[in-house]
Amino acid sequence: MPVWVRTVLILCTTWPLAACAGRQSALDPQGLQSDQVRSTLFIFLAVSAIVWIAVVLVLAVGMLRRKRATHTPLDLHEGFEQRAGRLVLGLGVATTVIVLGLSFVSYAGQRNVFAKDEHALTLKIIGHQWWWEVHYEADSPHQSFVTANEIRIPTGQPIKVELESADVIHSFWVPSLTGKMDLITGQKNELQFTAKNAGVYRGQCAEFCGLQHAHMAFDIIALPPDEFGRWRDHQNQSAQSPADQLGRQGEALFRARGCALCHNISGTLAGGQLGPDLTHVGSRTTIAAGTLPNNPATLGAWISDPQHIKPGNLMPKMPLQSNELIAILHYLEQLK
Amino acid sequence: MSMAAEKNQLRDDVLNGFQLSQQLERIWRTPSGLPGALMSVDHKVVGRRYIVTAFVFLLLGGILAVLMRIQLAGPENTFLSADKYNQIFTMHGSTMMFLFAVPVMEAFAVYLVPLMVGTRNIAFPRLNAFSYWMFLFGGCFLWISFALNVGPDVGWFAYVPLSSLQYTPTKRPDVWAQMITFTEVAALAVAVEIIVTVFKQRAPGMTLDRIPLFVWAMLVTAFLVMFAMPSIMVASTSLILDRLVNTRFYDSSSGGHPLLWQHLFWFFGHPEVYIIFIPGTGMVSAILATFARRPVVGYPVVILSLIATGFLSFGLWVHHMFVTGLPQLGAGLFTASSMLIAVPSGLQIFCWLATLWDGRPVYRTPLLFVLGFIVIFVLGGLSGVMVASVPIDTQVHDTYFVVAHFHYVLIGGAVFPLIGAVYYWFPKITGRMLSERLGRWNFWLAFIGFNIAFFPMHILGLIGMPRRVYTYTADMDWAHLNLLSSGGALIFALSFALLLINVVYSARKGTLAGDNPWNASTLEWATASPPPPQNFDRIPVVKHRDPLWADGESLPVVAGLSAERREVLLTSLAEAEPQVREASPEPSIWPLLAAIATTIFFIGSIFTPWAVLWGTPPMAIALIGWFWPTGSKEDEA
Repeated sequence: MPVWVRTVLILCTTWPLAACAGRQSALDPQGLQSDQVRSTLFIFLAVSAIVWIAVVLVLAVGMLRRKRATHTPLDLHEGFEQRAGRLVLGLGVATTVIVLGLSFVSYAGQRNVFAKDEHALTLKIIGHQWWWEVHYEADSPHQSFVTANEIRIPTGQPIKVELESADVIHSFWVPSLTGKMDLITGQKNELQFTAKNAGVYRGQCAEFCGLQHAHMAFDIIALPPDEFGRWRDHQNQSAQSPADQLGRQGEALFRARGCALCHNISGTLAGGQLGPDLTHVGSRTTIAAGTLPNNPATLGAWISDPQHIKPGNLMPKMPLQSNELIAILHYLEQLK
Repeated sequence: MSMAAEKNQLRDDVLNGFQLSQQLERIWRTPSGLPGALMSVDHKVVGRRYIVTAFVFLLLGGILAVLMRIQLAGPENTFLSADKYNQIFTMHGSTMMFLFAVPVMEAFAVYLVPLMVGTRNIAFPRLNAFSYWMFLFGGCFLWISFALNVGPDVGWFAYVPLSSLQYTPTKRPDVWAQMITFTEVAALAVAVEIIVTVFKQRAPGMTLDRIPLFVWAMLVTAFLVMFAMPSIMVASTSLILDRLVNTRFYDSSSGGHPLLWQHLFWFFGHPEVYIIFIPGTGMVSAILATFARRPVVGYPVVILSLIATGFLSFGLWVHHMFVTGLPQLGAGLFTASSMLIAVPSGLQIFCWLATLWDGRPVYRTPLLFVLGFIVIFVLGGLSGVMVASVPIDTQVHDTYFVVAHFHYVLIGGAVFPLIGAVYYWFPKITGRMLSERLGRWNFWLAFIGFNIAFFPMHILGLIGMPRRVYTYTADMDWAHLNLLSSGGALIFALSFALLLINVVYSARKGTLAGDNPWNASTLEWATASPPPPQNFDRIPVVKHRDPLWADGESLPVVAGLSAERREVLLTSLAEAEPQVREASPEPSIWPLLAAIATTIFFIGSIFTPWAVLWGTPPMAIALIGWFWPTGSKEDEA
């Protein structure tokens, strides 16, 4: 077998399956809800495939079969007309039975997907053009904190997200874990899901929300419960003071250059509420709502010209000297 | 009218043959020259313009689709900016839905329905001319705005609050909303004309159960337009009011609600799909009967299915809103109602399959497109059953799965029959056949290109690609399928280039068609190709559902209509028994002037509310001119 034939064969057989796996795939479920949806989908898919193949087969046979010889179009065969009429109506009844059956299958799946658990861990998520504000709420205020664009959850525990919007309609969607739910201005929606396995699952805004709708993603990082507990305790703490001179300089510049007008860093004088909370920005894996991985190079590029990376976003380009940029960057990197 | 005058009037029963044709042609023809062209009220002239204009918009919308596919062919492509991409997908959707799909179906109805029911002109011919001008001006308004970088960029659905003044403080959403108003007016006008033409102007003897299936489909469509369009009219007008004069219909902080928009929009938006699809089924039935060489099996089943589809289409708009946080049981009920529409659609498919089964198919291009329609549309219908399920929809809603689904339904269900219809009726409209050879290439390129372009989108949606994103990153594993899809889109676009070449070439050089080149059964084939201005020298009498097959070349006719002035025969609604002779309007410039006045009013009013004030007198003048009594013979009677 020539090499290229083998390559093509391998591609044809493995690639479609490989393509289904992924961080953002409804076909590779990692949560209880997405699992349920996939089962429902496969039932529908099987019924649909059978119906479609049957229709195409009947069409093909109808075209190829030997025909009765007649001379004029109106020379109809009475027996055929009657049988055809009965058959058509019979198939109509069959169609009705199938769709009613599928409706019940669908409703059963729907009840599972939207089942509510009283003891779910509650998060509040507020959609902004074009990023996600995430509130971890607890009974005592000192256990509540705010973060952005990265949601860490414990595996195996039901999570309830309360969804609101600060501006236009967005939609919260993490296909690996569950289907989507809209964040609607002036309305509170909620969604529950449970991650079965630890992992990083990407989500993305699914309702067109303006210029940078394409760059409004986030990660859900599912952790084993004890690891999640440690992360949560750490997030509860205020930002650490910078350890070195350059870091302190960066902290001062963060206020002096206007960053603090929009961004909050708990435990410091920076208390802006318009942009994402940066208290622990150094520990996040991505920046700009899942647009870029978080490292000194990308963060530096972002701060020096946010409009180049995500045109139209609400963060203005601030005039910074290169040494000022380095200081701010150094400071933010320390906010683990 | 006195008895003496009645006797002296020239009727078509005293003339014969060539003399009669000449006389009728003289009174029914459109005046020559540019003024004549602007005054025409002939349904064939208006219908032809309507069809050509709608196809120009198809071409423009198609070019936008190709631009989008180029942008999405690879990850992080910079071919289009985010702003341009958002304008382009909005323009693509708005153009295809409002300026191509609905108008082109109505255009075919304007041209064909009067011929198929055997009358001389459509009901309310001046309104018909007005409707065309409104459509043309509305479409030009949208596209000129786009060229001036004021093209709408909030999606063809223009969800609030994104389309509100606060979040889009430009004129772009106003342009969109007012374009809707133009097309609403145009569509409602045609709907009224079709309903009256079908109810009152059918040839004697064409009882309700002898109306051709295409005409039935257009009748049901006209009723859908009448009931669906007011909803979008309320929605878009409220949006303009919110934006222009600070009303608060959709503002949740003042007692309005963004979901109000979604309910109103989809109460229109879902029937809209059937406004596009039902005419497609009518075309399928017409083509199938002719090329399977027998009448469609189950005529009453098909008609009842059309009517059932029409009713059901108003009961399932909520399936566009399954992820807005509705009560679960309510959402579940809309799952069932959405799936139920598979029953009438299925019944029609079964009737067509039975027709092909028993028929002796002649595989010409129109039939190929119908066969392609069945294969594609059934797949689209089944993916529609999937998206009707609430749990499945939570995953696939607003993803490329839905993009794949509705292109299978709309292109498969409406565009394939439409292209088939172009091949089928082109000889009637122009007198020449389209090239069969190019036609076959056209079909196969369209069929293969379409499936390569749109099938992978099902998978893309399931592996996480949302709609309306101008780009995506390389690590998302979407690149291969997107590239494949873009390649398919180019092949699909090529098939339309072939169609254009075929039309341009065949219009001049094609084989002459003759009256009835396909040996079809309905009345439009009983007259010359292209038909003379009066359509028929004598009004045919219908004694059979397939008159040309039953009576051959010698159709019975009635005589007695005036041969001195424009007159049509009105018949009773159910039995089509002759009732009265009714005058039909002469050519007039007033519909054009009224459309110009209305255009000034509409466009002015997105800039200042005062336009409602100063825009009204010109419209009033135009309407007074339009309806000024002319002292016609009928008026004296």
